[in-house]
Amino acid sequence: MNTVTTVLAKEVRDTLRDRRAVISGLSGALFGPLLFVVVMNFTVDRTIDEGEDTLEIPVLNAAEAPNLVAHFAQHLIDAKVDAFESREALRASVRRGETAVGLVIDEGFGTALGEGKAARVWVVSDRGNASGHSSVRRVRNALGGYGRMVGVLRLQLRGVDPAIARPIAVLSDDVSTPSGRSVVLLGMFTYFLLFSCLLGGVHVAVDATAGERERGSLEPLLTLPASRAALVAGKFAATAFFMAITLGIGIAAFSIAIDYLPLAEMSMDADFGLEECAMAFIVLVPVAVLGAGLLNAVASFTKSFKEAQSYTGIAILLPTLPIILVLLNPMQPTAPLMLVPSLSQHLLITGIVKGDPVDPLYLAISAASTAAVGILFGLLAVWRYRSEKLLV
Amino acid sequence: MIEARGLTKRFKDVVAMDHVSFRADDGRVTGLVGPNGAGKSTTLRVLCTVIRADSGRARVDGFNVADEPLAVRRQIGALPHLSGLYPNLTGRENIAYYAAMQGLRRREAKRAVDTVIERLGIGDLSDRRAKGFSHGEGIRVALARSMVHRPQTVILDEPTNGLDVVAARALRDVIRDLRREGRCILFSSHVMQEVAMLCDDLVIISGGRVAISGTPEEIRRRTGSEDLEDAFVAAIGPDEDPV
Repeated sequence: MNTVTTVLAKEVRDTLRDRRAVISGLSGALFGPLLFVVVMNFTVDRTIDEGEDTLEIPVLNAAEAPNLVAHFAQHLIDAKVDAFESREALRASVRRGETAVGLVIDEGFGTALGEGKAARVWVVSDRGNASGHSSVRRVRNALGGYGRMVGVLRLQLRGVDPAIARPIAVLSDDVSTPSGRSVVLLGMFTYFLLFSCLLGGVHVAVDATAGERERGSLEPLLTLPASRAALVAGKFAATAFFMAITLGIGIAAFSIAIDYLPLAEMSMDADFGLEECAMAFIVLVPVAVLGAGLLNAVASFTKSFKEAQSYTGIAILLPTLPIILVLLNPMQPTAPLMLVPSLSQHLLITGIVKGDPVDPLYLAISAASTAAVGILFGLLAVWRYRSEKLLV
Repeated sequence: MIEARGLTKRFKDVVAMDHVSFRADDGRVTGLVGPNGAGKSTTLRVLCTVIRADSGRARVDGFNVADEPLAVRRQIGALPHLSGLYPNLTGRENIAYYAAMQGLRRREAKRAVDTVIERLGIGDLSDRRAKGFSHGEGIRVALARSMVHRPQTVILDEPTNGLDVVAARALRDVIRDLRREGRCILFSSHVMQEVAMLCDDLVIISGGRVAISGTPEEIRRRTGSEDLEDAFVAAIGPDEDPV
């Protein structure tokens, strides 16, 4: 036990002396929340703005279709009649990205409509321009609505029940709750926390194994009367220690950042106080054990500092994969799912942010299985330390 | 005291040690001499319990290196090829880390660190970070680190390699002090003059095999050479080129 604490104390001191290591370790925990706030505000602003504001679109030959223009106005789409001289000018402007979407009404639109034929209208847009997609959708929806309206009127004029042209009525019944809809947001939240936590231990794990070997300090270390298991345990503990610290800083940064998130606009509860922070830490801290085991095991198989850095860089993505899976295919927490590291933490954190109480049994299963996987990786590192390939 | 008998170690196709047998007694300086790649470092690594021999046995102060590695490690102080200091720690912290790892208690460890710093005259290095040490300074601190727990057996891998004249002489003085205290010192070298100055016993190793061993006097006599360097060349055979 003495050896373990001696190694732990030395690795902690060694890492804290290295300013670069400290900065790179904290970068994830501090930049994550910042990035989160910026991205979320931007995304929410855009969806909200485009949903509620009046959309101005240039319309050519508007005189052909006064009723359509009136219909647009009801749907908060303002037709700008004189914006462009010609169709070419409109197309050029759309191509440059200055105009998201424009409408060209066919010369014979009014006549075709009067004669009961298909009247033509072109929606001019650039599919490669992602920011214009929602405007295009609104214009198309408004056009479709107008078309259906005219169709209904035509059938009624001829004494036909309009329902005959609509054999199927598709109705939607959306049962999602506001917080349930924000699953992507919550996914990013745990993703960032997990990632920054793991990042906080990369330097010490790499330095304490591959770095130690590269400097030639591993060989004398192995001649000391300490078991290999104790050496690994000390390095493991140092890695977990830094991961836990980074996690704590990350959660604190998020609890501050959450005040700047547009939660009200997304109908979410902004209550993420001290109690929730503490609970989130308890839920996530077993990930530090998992990460410490994983990184020490990976680093013990590498030959140099650089090699270790690249492999641990890949390794810290592994625990985040289950979260991506759950983002693509949302799941509800169940006891068996609590056996899956990082997925279980994600589901529990989601519950905390929603304001649900944490099920102690779920928490226990999640913590035990995650820590167990970490310890298994740790044992792999011990096995590697016992092998003389470590030196050769 | 070190006794090696029939140590053999193979790395893939290369036989690094081929039935290496010798002994190094307490109160004597034993030199393990041979050209580059002769198997010196491998032999020292086996004795330090860092790697295991494929066959043969070795005892350090009576403890078997294969079966009782922890007991062996308590007996030895090892200085490997590279100094292997931690650049972010000061000289004193580097030494203190090993004192603690050797199981010395806090006050005991502090006294031991102070003693070894004074003994090796490295007071000027003790509070500087190892990052800024020259090669020679690093070796001196690493030597202090390996001796902080006053080991009975000291194993040094080419300790004077790359040292200037003054530093090499200081190191030789330390080794003679250790001999006077009755410790067993085994060191490897490929510099014949240094070996001649320091060693009571020689083990000349070449191609993984012990070519000849004994006191310098015996070796000179048995090879029929006046000069130890000639004896060395005669012992390892004409194919090998001593560096």
